Amino acid sequence: MVAQGRPPSPCVLCPVIRREGFIIFEVSRVIGDIHPFEVGGRRFLLSVTTGALVEVDEEAWDLVQRLKDGEDVAGHPCLAELAELVAEGVFSQGEEELWIRTAREARGRSVVKALCLNVAHSCNMRCRYCFAAEGTYRGERAVMSREVGRRAVDFLIEASGARRNLEIDFFGGEPLLNMAVVREVVDYARARGEETGKRFRFTLTTNGLLLDEETTRYLAENMDNVVLSLDGRPEVNDRMRPLPDGSGSYDRVVDRLLSLIRRRGDRSYYVRGTFTRHNLDFAADVLHLSSLGFKNISVEPAIGSGRDWSLREEDLPRVLREYEELAVEMASRGGDFEFFHFQIDLERGPCLGKRLKGCGAGTEYLAVTPAGELYPCHQFVGEAEFLLGDVFDGIHRMDLVRKFSDADLYQKRGCPDCPVRFYCGGGCYANAYARHGDITHPDELGCALHRRRVECALYLQAALRERG
Amino acid sequence: MSKNGSHFKVLFRPKAETFRGGCGECQTSCQSACKTSCTVGNQSCER
Repeated sequence: MVAQGRPPSPCVLCPVIRREGFIIFEVSRVIGDIHPFEVGGRRFLLSVTTGALVEVDEEAWDLVQRLKDGEDVAGHPCLAELAELVAEGVFSQGEEELWIRTAREARGRSVVKALCLNVAHSCNMRCRYCFAAEGTYRGERAVMSREVGRRAVDFLIEASGARRNLEIDFFGGEPLLNMAVVREVVDYARARGEETGKRFRFTLTTNGLLLDEETTRYLAENMDNVVLSLDGRPEVNDRMRPLPDGSGSYDRVVDRLLSLIRRRGDRSYYVRGTFTRHNLDFAADVLHLSSLGFKNISVEPAIGSGRDWSLREEDLPRVLREYEELAVEMASRGGDFEFFHFQIDLERGPCLGKRLKGCGAGTEYLAVTPAGELYPCHQFVGEAEFLLGDVFDGIHRMDLVRKFSDADLYQKRGCPDCPVRFYCGGGCYANAYARHGDITHPDELGCALHRRRVECALYLQAALRERG
Repeated sequence: MSKNGSHFKVLFRPKAETFRGGCGECQTSCQSACKTSCTVGNQSCER
């Protein structure tokens, strides 16, 4: 009790001050777990390690910014409420120790679960940004033989240990140039699956030029997923995806691709475009693809540097703004189509392995050339120093496999401090190698894009939930 | 922010097991997703 008319005794206030000091200490301890971001005029806090998403008003935003800047926050009106969230475990940093231990324990224990079969190192288009040098991977044009295809299936079964679910992706070049081997591999894998108890999931990526009635029917019925290449607006697509005679491909493929997805009914597919610095307004291409009737859309930045179409550092603000405008537009439409990068399932997200390591290239996922050579993934094909072995004699570069196995996000430069590390898995090994010559040094431009895409995805989830 | 004057509104709070989860036998979508995107770490597993 403080007598009226006298200055308060410091002894009486001490418990209050001590309590506030304790609160500030507690919230400061977890401030590294809090990632503040703004999208569409709304402000959010993401808990990096618990995955919780919190929307805040201006005062709460101010508190977090001041804590981040190390300023004095004594007496801040939002302090007690933030402390409550910390006490409830909405924001926390305790979980990550468990994750780091799990990542260490998982090293070297994975089995091969997916193969990318490059059934054709050849292509009937001449896309200017093609990472595979018009499908040849800087080598000779070639197609995979039935023997190599069958042996690849045997290799996958042998290398998959006790794992039941396996995946084969038909890729190229253009895989429809070698449909006979695609069919052969599917039949053979199913037969071997019956014998061995393995279950195969098939995916095929195509530009659609060779989709005739019979091939369309076959892919609709036999592929679990198809990835269909188309960049968006006709002039954008035709600038970068010409035919060998230089003419545009848009009019030649659009109806064929639409016919395939209609025939597939509810089965999964993605129409997949690429954007370059020639179409930094790529949201217009996403919306164009949506207007054609495609419901599952991905538009990705082109990989590469030093070309007229390559993204540059100075393009970054525009690209980030474009993602935000796309997210706001999708929110206003009520989510009538899916954009690959804005898909985040907060209730049933990726497993820990994927959160820590991403795609599994070099360990769980390998690419096979027409000659049967094994590489860490389709983007490493043709890089001599990444040749792992072949499907006949197996892997002889176990040192490389170990290198990929060890390269979880805790071993990558910048990843341990990245706020969206658990929505990324450490990024693309091939992009890292292309940019820095080191699979553990992620491409910073790609990181900036992904960080913004995750923020936009979280905003979109929040907006769509409000609409019910 | 909210009607009761709160400055913070918790929108999502995943269960801990969801964020850690992983049966190790997922029907992987990440490899085919690789053809869709160079970044697949935010994509759910298809079990």
